[in-house]
Amino acid sequence: MKSPSIVMLRRNFKHIARNPTTVFNAVLMPVVVMLMFVYVFGDAFSVGEDYVDYATPGLLLLAVCYGLGSVAVSVNSDVTKGIINRFKVMDVPRSAVLTGHVVASVLTNLLAVAALIGVAFALGFSPSASFLDWLGVVGVVVLLGFATGWLTIALGLAAKSPETAGLASIPLVMLPFFSSAISPTDKMGPGVRQFAEYQPFTPIIETLRGLINGAPAAADVIPALAWCAAIALVGYLWANSTFTKRA
Amino acid sequence: MADDGCPMTSSAIQASGLRKAFQDKVVLDGIDLSVPAGTIFSLLGPNGAGKTTTVNVLTTLIKADGGTARVAGHDVATEARAVRAAIGVTGQFAAVDELLTGRENLQLMVDLSPVPAKDGKRIVAELLERFDLVESAQKPASTYSGGMRRKLDLAMTLVGNPRIIFLDEPTTGLDPRSRRTMWTIVRELVADGVTIFLTTQYLDEADQLADQVAVLDQGRIVAQGTPDELKRQIPGTHVRFRFTTAEELDQAARIMPDSTRDDEALTLRVLSDGGTKSVRALLDRLDEYSISAEEFSVHTPDLDDVFLALTGHSTEVLAK
Repeated sequence: MKSPSIVMLRRNFKHIARNPTTVFNAVLMPVVVMLMFVYVFGDAFSVGEDYVDYATPGLLLLAVCYGLGSVAVSVNSDVTKGIINRFKVMDVPRSAVLTGHVVASVLTNLLAVAALIGVAFALGFSPSASFLDWLGVVGVVVLLGFATGWLTIALGLAAKSPETAGLASIPLVMLPFFSSAISPTDKMGPGVRQFAEYQPFTPIIETLRGLINGAPAAADVIPALAWCAAIALVGYLWANSTFTKRA
Repeated sequence: MADDGCPMTSSAIQASGLRKAFQDKVVLDGIDLSVPAGTIFSLLGPNGAGKTTTVNVLTTLIKADGGTARVAGHDVATEARAVRAAIGVTGQFAAVDELLTGRENLQLMVDLSPVPAKDGKRIVAELLERFDLVESAQKPASTYSGGMRRKLDLAMTLVGNPRIIFLDEPTTGLDPRSRRTMWTIVRELVADGVTIFLTTQYLDEADQLADQVAVLDQGRIVAQGTPDELKRQIPGTHVRFRFTTAEELDQAARIMPDSTRDDEALTLRVLSDGGTKSVRALLDRLDEYSISAEEFSVHTPDLDDVFLALTGHSTEVLAK
């Protein structure tokens, strides 16, 4: 008998490799959004620097979020098609089933982020980050992917059908647009601006932006880490209790 | 078995007073059942009767609100792990991984079960052979037909060689041929000494396979016995005539032996095997006395009749 976690993880990788839509959503969509904003709208924004330099950190976060829709759908299909019940009856540990999904999701995120950074460079991205800063960027992406991944898995487990699971993850995909990802919050209308300033993604984006510019600010890093930890905790607890209850 | 003095040691599955409610809807209302090892037990009932909930409780997937159940001698609530080690479950929807091939699905089960890795290849090959899936072994399960999916699903359940198998509506939605294949497989399993707990909506399926049948209605078992015992409680195949006047009904009732009349509906029910010979004889007899029936139909007993006979209401009323 092999380690159930490894077996489940391998299963999740096969799923990703065989479902081109997942790869499309996770890797290509963020690239398309980047081309759209930087190439098409970029010159219309005045952000005090090259737009590609401004937008890349926010788009990294967007790239993480875009991958989540398919995670919610795939977790939900496991539930609604009875596979999870089969695993439960076989005494496969809950942690193995759920961690397989989380790790696969985080690795897809890293792939998407790498592709996005590659395209950013082709568009003239000129970061001033040191090697350590880059490590920090990877760390934040992993942490964010992990946190939102757990939350998405909880959404996927709780949803009635794959369709509703897909819908439930849409707020996570929309949320980056109401943050400092695409344009600075001080240019937004009243109401939206306050929301954008205080929503969890803004400090995370500002942290990424700080790291990429080589000057992360504690005022961003601390709330960013706190938000990630909080989202991860809520997602983890919710996912575990739903997994146990739902048959 | 460790339980000294327990009279049920030969029972593979034993439940008493199982109760379960979801919010305020009572789904199981005191279920008692006992399945001797090496037999096929069938839980018969329409949608919503509580069949799947019963299976979920017995397979440790959900906890009952009240009552106790032992499977393979272990309590489902307190010794869930020991129960899981002894059982195999094939749920109502084929729980196969659609993105994996048939072979990979079986290999996944081998990897997750305590089967020694060196036996894995042989077990997978044997199951593919036995379930006639060798040709499609390399194709993703998403390309399989409904019948093939069910077969793969059952093959996956058999990987760990469980001694007690739960099959939740294994043939719902299958074409008649695949149904028969499934029945053959179930019979082979029992011949090997496996105990089968099967739920179904079809009387003929329970009739074909089961040693014992329990009829489940709104969370209660309303009848239990061998298929023959149950069928004795319901009207057999019969022919029904409807007449236009009470006089005609009177006349017909006088000339037809073994008939039951309904004066309000102006119908006459006559026992008959429904074959052309006996039906023709009945029609000839009516003709002889120059009585003509307004309407004529042949009825074979089905689940509806069982329900009507046992519960006083039909399955359609329940389905609401």
